[in-house]
Amino acid sequence: MQKRDACLVAVLAIAAARPLLADARSDAKAQVDFGISVAQRGLWREAIYRWEKAVQIDPTYAAAYNDLAIAYEHEGQLSKARKAYEKALELDPNNTQIRQNYDLFKEINDRTSAEKEKP
Amino acid sequence: MTARVPKKKSRNLALAAVAAALAAVALGCGTTYYEIPIETPIQPKMDVSPFQRVLVAGFVTGGTEDVDANQETVRLLRAQLRNKSSLKVIDADLLPLMEVAQEHGQPSASGPSDQSGQAIADPRIVPKSVALPTQIKDEKDLEPYERVFANTAYWKRIGEEFQNPLIVTGTVLFSPHSRSGYVQRDQEAYDSFGRRIVRPVRMYMERKGFILRPKFIFIDGRTGATMYSESYREEILYNAQTNTPALSSYFELMDRLVPNFLSALSSQKIKGTRVLLK
Repeated sequence: MQKRDACLVAVLAIAAARPLLADARSDAKAQVDFGISVAQRGLWREAIYRWEKAVQIDPTYAAAYNDLAIAYEHEGQLSKARKAYEKALELDPNNTQIRQNYDLFKEINDRTSAEKEKP
Repeated sequence: MTARVPKKKSRNLALAAVAAALAAVALGCGTTYYEIPIETPIQPKMDVSPFQRVLVAGFVTGGTEDVDANQETVRLLRAQLRNKSSLKVIDADLLPLMEVAQEHGQPSASGPSDQSGQAIADPRIVPKSVALPTQIKDEKDLEPYERVFANTAYWKRIGEEFQNPLIVTGTVLFSPHSRSGYVQRDQEAYDSFGRRIVRPVRMYMERKGFILRPKFIFIDGRTGATMYSESYREEILYNAQTNTPALSSYFELMDRLVPNFLSALSSQKIKGTRVLLK
């Protein structure tokens, strides 16, 4: 009885705190979650497919653009990665984690193209 | 009269409420993150597919005499190319590029060459002999030597000698450097309770070290033409009291540059960590 009460309180509190998400966001979130789980297993192409779907479903989802940018970066598609990071930052300019990812990406990208001199 | 909630039940409820509040805060904040390792593949800056072999020919070097920058650079780059590229590295004696540049600075009977190294057809045009500095101390001294890299006839001949490899050459300036000024250092101290604290402190310091300025030039051994070149600058400074051998500093600085050098001719993977967000 006591345990049941405790669980009920927890469930109610979580449900109350959950933001009212639109259908699009929850569908996109499902794609993002799945993308994360496959990326963690090294299946980056599948992750790209999922995150591309997520940003199609919800084009305002900054985290999905961030994750997509990381996957593009991992696949060496650097111009696509840059665009996705920039979109993520445009949607969520104060997100320090997206900013940090973007700074690290830029460091590599700038370093590899730095001081390139064509004869 | 109020009913008393049993003590155990009230404690369970309180724990559940705390857990729920934490979960609610986590969900309310929205973002859950996962650190993930990635490897960014970097495409080579030039196409080396027509070559099976690479000749690290030698460098025009200057700066400190404590390090034989020509020999050390050739040795280091050959070792790196052997381990990290698919090209076969040619073992050959270093080209005496400084002497070659000196010779090319003189007007010769066989005909002068223009800036691109093409033989000048008109025998009436005789270029002025430019005296090259015998000791290279800075970039200004190095500049007149650079024309040797534009001499396509010379490099084509070298290419023919070694069966048309990719030729790696260039300049290396490794010079001592000192700089004084205020630097920020962490200083360890103990407070009145004996706890260790670290404070950033600005202090005036005299520092000395080295600057390494290499320019890597990649030449097509089939034509003698420059395919690609890139310049770098790295410096290292130590406390003036520290006595660091020049050779250690040279390798420390080259270590920073080698990945960039290799990325010019072979694909590289750069390891890093990113944060995935939900």
